[in-house]
Amino acid sequence: MRKMKRTTVDAIISYGIVTIAFIIAQSMINNGAMTRALKGQMIPICVYIVMAVSLNLVVGISGELSLGHAGFMSIGAFTGAIVSTWLLGAMNVQNTTVRLITALVSGGILAGAAGALIGIPVLRLRGDYLAIVTLAFGEIIRSILNCLYFSLDNGQLYVSFNSPDIPGKLIVSGPAGTKAIKTISTFPAGFVLILIALFVVLNLINSRSGRAIMASRDNRIAAEAMGVNVTKYKMMAFVTSAFLAGMAGALYGLNFSTFTAAKFKFDTSILVLVFVVLGGIGNIWGSVIAATLLTVLPELLRAFSDYRMLVYAIVLILVMLATNNPTIRSLIVRMKNSVQQKDGIHQAQGGTER
Amino acid sequence: MVAFLRYLINGISLGSVYAIIALGYSMVYGIAKMLNFAHGDIIMVGAYIVFCVMVYLSMPPFLAVLAAIVVCTLLGIAIERLAYKPLRQSASLAVLITAIGVSYFLQNAAMLIWGSNPKVFSSVFNVGNLRMLNGELVISSEALLTIAANIIIMIGLTQFTSRTKMGKAMRAVSEDKGAAELMGINVNRTISLTFAIGSALAAIAGALLCSTTNPNLVPTTGSMPGIKAFTAAVFGGIGSIPGAFIGGLLLGVIEIMAKAYISTELSDAIVFAVLIIVLLFKPAGLLGKPVREKV
Repeated sequence: MRKMKRTTVDAIISYGIVTIAFIIAQSMINNGAMTRALKGQMIPICVYIVMAVSLNLVVGISGELSLGHAGFMSIGAFTGAIVSTWLLGAMNVQNTTVRLITALVSGGILAGAAGALIGIPVLRLRGDYLAIVTLAFGEIIRSILNCLYFSLDNGQLYVSFNSPDIPGKLIVSGPAGTKAIKTISTFPAGFVLILIALFVVLNLINSRSGRAIMASRDNRIAAEAMGVNVTKYKMMAFVTSAFLAGMAGALYGLNFSTFTAAKFKFDTSILVLVFVVLGGIGNIWGSVIAATLLTVLPELLRAFSDYRMLVYAIVLILVMLATNNPTIRSLIVRMKNSVQQKDGIHQAQGGTER
Repeated sequence: MVAFLRYLINGISLGSVYAIIALGYSMVYGIAKMLNFAHGDIIMVGAYIVFCVMVYLSMPPFLAVLAAIVVCTLLGIAIERLAYKPLRQSASLAVLITAIGVSYFLQNAAMLIWGSNPKVFSSVFNVGNLRMLNGELVISSEALLTIAANIIIMIGLTQFTSRTKMGKAMRAVSEDKGAAELMGINVNRTISLTFAIGSALAAIAGALLCSTTNPNLVPTTGSMPGIKAFTAAVFGGIGSIPGAFIGGLLLGVIEIMAKAYISTELSDAIVFAVLIIVLLFKPAGLLGKPVREKV
């Protein structure tokens, strides 16, 4: 039998762990071993995992700080809500799975298209200027969605800007958000979406394109000198990330019968960025774990009631201080090295540190 | 025409508040190379202090603003010591997330102390309105105060950074930390001083913001003006004091004009769209120095 590549083995282990976690969570739901509040968190956890993994592609792998990731999520959420309602109302598609899949895919495609459109000006800039422009785009998307009205009348979809006077039943009504959308998101769908996101991102990272993306991150000039088309590869990471965020957004939107554009504020982009940074920049697994823990954490801190967000903030600061403390850092590196030496793997030190 | 003038003055007044906040942002960025996302929340704390001193202690507004400046300065120094200083050698993203943590902390602490109900902020400076053009053009005293405060602060800061020893030290540290240290400059103290000045400006901005455009004070009051001021700082060229001044004024005027003539809902989108267009043509902001890349 041909020996599999190490990255393939790692990827298969990743999918396996996610599957096991899903089975455990699902059986806990079936046995009633989970509190209602925690059960309600299951789909948001899936959404945030996909958001964090996709943002990590831009921040960690491509090395550009994006502060507008929630914008793509909101495009996906609104597209998903409109598409699924339209399929039900105009096309009479009763099957929820078909509607959910169509909604997710169309949400992803529209968000990806927006990503491509935004990527053209954004990726010309560097560093903090790029960050502020992504922030600006996130806010622009939110403001525009705040002014859009969609309605469905006899199978015909109507759109208007800044005025609710359109025939039929409103699906999206400006600042009041979506109206009476059928909630068709399911936890298994979230699980499948996580697998898709992991599959896409892990395969991209370990491909020729992924190496080109990381080369442009590590040294743009050297990569360009080697003939790497930096803009093309940065764009590839950006659009893929937007596409996945759009799918996650569609899943998120279809989990609520009503939501507003205000849900996808700057704060949401920051929340996802916190997952990425706490999980370890460029570490896909870290993103998954951080997104899960930090979504559950406010729920676990319920004992502190009023103080829980305060405690959350303190935990966040302390974790950042601890993980960046030189003493603790060197301790972790030493521990890692001793473990690796036991395994007989002698790896060059510091190669993965950034 | 009168309406246009009125909008222009409102815009300049709002822009002056942005400019004062942006100055703090810009100075901290210039010296510590970090986006201090907690800056907006220091504005909020400053406004709450002014409110408390005026309402609960019934002190005159002047003393209230002074108290807010003192509290915010100490708060700024404390935040820098406890949260940012240990991370000085770390990656900039780690510092950014810590700043976000500080921002959450301040907002939630304010929520616990003062509650989520809006506090109605009474103006710190109300001596009637200035009437011009046969009483058609009314300019509030707060607007005039804000504009005057902005100009005084801007001139004061440029003089401070170009004439005084401490100011020169600040410029030296922002240019090259290592070389500044070799020249005998106490880098840590200089950075603390920058945070202190930035936070004091934030306190003034908080009092002015709540006196002019935002009379309902809630724990999240500072976040949107904070983001706008950050935008203004980038707009003018981050790290540059005149840049923050011009960026803030332009942003305020554009916002008010967009609200008046185009659409209230879209005003934020227009402000950010202008920012993007400016950055496309001048990637380092209006007054920013383009950085040459060396291989």
